[in-house]
Amino acid sequence: MIAEIGLAALWLSAALAVLQLLGGFAGARAADGIAPLSALVRPAATLQAFLCTVAFFSLVYLFAVTDLSVRLVAINSHSMKPMIFKLSGTWGNHEGSMLLWVTVMAMAGGLIAMIERRLAERTMMATLAAQAFVALGFYAFLILSSNPFERLTEVPLEGNGLNPLLQDIGLAFHPPTLYIGYVGLSVAFSFAVGALLTRAVTPDFARVMRPWVLAAWIFLTIGITAGSYWAYYELGWGGWWFWDPVENASLMPWLAATALLHSASVLAARDALRTWTIMLGVIAFSMSMLGTFLVRSGILTSVHAFAVDPERGSFILALLILYIGGALVIFALRANTIAEGERFSLVSREGALVVNNIALSAILGIVLLGTLYPLLTEAFDVRVSVGPPYFNPVGAIFFLPMIVILMVGPLLRWRKDQFRRIAKPVALVGTIGTAVLIGVAMITDIGILPLLGLALAAGLAIASFAPMYKRALRRTPLAVWGMCVAHFGVAVALFGMAADSAFQQERLVAASVGDVVEVGPWAGRLDSVNALAGQNWTAMQANMMLSYEGGAEHQARPQSRNFWTPEMETSEVALLTRWNGQLYVAVGNQGVDGRWQLRLWWKPFVTFIWYGGLLIAFGGALALVGRVIGDLRRRRYGTDADDHDEIPIDPEAQPAS
Amino acid sequence: MSTGLKPKHQRLALLVVALVALIGATLLAIYALRDQASYFYVPADIAASPPEPGQAIRLGGMVETGSIATQPDGITVQFVVEDGEGRVPVTYTGILPDLFVEGSGVVADGRMDADGTFVADNLLAKHDENYMPKELEGMTTAEMREEMQSTVTGSSQ
Repeated sequence: MIAEIGLAALWLSAALAVLQLLGGFAGARAADGIAPLSALVRPAATLQAFLCTVAFFSLVYLFAVTDLSVRLVAINSHSMKPMIFKLSGTWGNHEGSMLLWVTVMAMAGGLIAMIERRLAERTMMATLAAQAFVALGFYAFLILSSNPFERLTEVPLEGNGLNPLLQDIGLAFHPPTLYIGYVGLSVAFSFAVGALLTRAVTPDFARVMRPWVLAAWIFLTIGITAGSYWAYYELGWGGWWFWDPVENASLMPWLAATALLHSASVLAARDALRTWTIMLGVIAFSMSMLGTFLVRSGILTSVHAFAVDPERGSFILALLILYIGGALVIFALRANTIAEGERFSLVSREGALVVNNIALSAILGIVLLGTLYPLLTEAFDVRVSVGPPYFNPVGAIFFLPMIVILMVGPLLRWRKDQFRRIAKPVALVGTIGTAVLIGVAMITDIGILPLLGLALAAGLAIASFAPMYKRALRRTPLAVWGMCVAHFGVAVALFGMAADSAFQQERLVAASVGDVVEVGPWAGRLDSVNALAGQNWTAMQANMMLSYEGGAEHQARPQSRNFWTPEMETSEVALLTRWNGQLYVAVGNQGVDGRWQLRLWWKPFVTFIWYGGLLIAFGGALALVGRVIGDLRRRRYGTDADDHDEIPIDPEAQPAS
Repeated sequence: MSTGLKPKHQRLALLVVALVALIGATLLAIYALRDQASYFYVPADIAASPPEPGQAIRLGGMVETGSIATQPDGITVQFVVEDGEGRVPVTYTGILPDLFVEGSGVVADGRMDADGTFVADNLLAKHDENYMPKELEGMTTAEMREEMQSTVTGSSQ
């Protein structure tokens, strides 16, 4: 019964999306945005949000009670699984995750319909029509080729279970986080199409779109950070980024969103970069769609590729071509109607942001080519893999200069500025960076990339807060705080990456019980190895006592786990975290001579990578809160002044130069 | 000093910078891809046209039955990867992936050394029946051999 309710809710949502599309289209054609059906557009969007929520929670319920008459539950769940993994298993499979996607999308559509009143009604109607058009594709995909509520004629006695790699608390949060990011970009895309269709590419459009891009970007940042940490501790390989196509699939939308966020800021504050912002809106959503296609089509093999089914891959590819091709056609037809925006000098805040955008786009192109290249060559039956030897140096060529621009850009004024004015802070930051560069190069013998990384991280850490210099901190808008914190987060993450790759130490041994193992400043003893069992696994657990530089002993208990439904082994690493790094311990198999394989890494400051990621997201959140509060205030008092918080630094507060 | 330029020229300058950077990035990427992509080999390929020692490649095939030998240090393993047409000795230092067994499929990242041994940095074994290395996905042993045949013809072009 519950499954049927869920399916009915989905069909109803799809029907409402058709109504929303027609009404929105009619409204967009009318001069004032009012047409016979257009009054129904907003209610249709709101009702879809409700219906999709009903459908989604129906599926959650089916997983919670392990209703094995539903095909999806029978294939992916198991009555013996802990409750939390039964629930998170709802989206730990292809159909469920697509339902989650559609639900988040419907909620976003409902939210816009309910609260957004700033844009001209015509533009809103066009936006909601575009949103409905995108949503319809996903409804069709879900109902026609990935029905999550399909029943089985013969009810099995027990389910198949969930991939053990996915039986992790991280899974409860990872997909929803990324999907909110992807969907947020679809909203930005709808706004861009709406503005393009109604020729209303204005600063107001950028202000309305910006919170969505910001929210999407925050969630993508958290999703990528969490995904990186998951790969780090769950795969047991000691790395935090593998340039795996699945990771790239989440990185590419993030790069595009970062560029979009900055260009939308220019459009909102200065009415420049109109065409470019629209283009980025299209690209950012293309990258989410491409990511979904790569991950879900089964073209790549990974824990994410649930659907190794050519039909589904073709379906997503068709949607991708339809949306992106359609948007590009509209763009080509309408781009010449977008009037040239405000002009600015090369040396200005806008100029720096353009360079930042170019660098981000270049990195995006490099990651995109590296990710697609193996797929292209495979069409010619040549199999290649592209990994760190390509991505690291080639990406760094654009990433490192971008960091330099990141230090200078926020200090510049809008429209027109001179380098002479900011010479002092630039000289200070340059000196600090150079001092670190020379100092580190003298005492250690590390590679050029980590060395530059450390120097730039030091410079950026200082430079990121330079815009605060001589400002009244209490009166500084939250958005500026957000920018500084996010840029500081980049410095922190960069420091972690450089320190980990420069200074990590690894030890691989076969140890008998009682042996002492040393790695870097750590020394430890393998005390015992014992077997233990969980709800759906058994494991061999190594018990070690380790001490840092002869200090107090800490316990580490890495496990090698055997799951039985489905049958699979995983490595559960043990982590000992200090402020200055992490000790990473993995246990392998027992050799014929009875010794155990142990792998230990001492990773100085590796945790800074994820702290940095979280700081970036936190900075974004500060900016988002600041923007939303500003919007509410503006709405209440009816003032529509310029974005005051966009003005970089009080001219009076500048030291005379 | 760029401030001397007229606004229109400044716009043009930015456009040129953007174009140069993006074209540069593309060319750089294509150049680096030719250089850095590691090609997938099966033992028959290596017999036919051995890759340069030191060049990063991927090797895929079956672990020959009876070939796995652990060195006295307990962490270095030597085994032979075969595909019915060729045999390549492999050495790997590290924790073996789960379900790495004789007679099963394996894909190794690494490089050939001067005396014809493949030094693996990383091994991807068949994880379980659902999760296979991409190159060997969904194949039975017989099909895998057949596929490797076609890869031989494909990659020798």
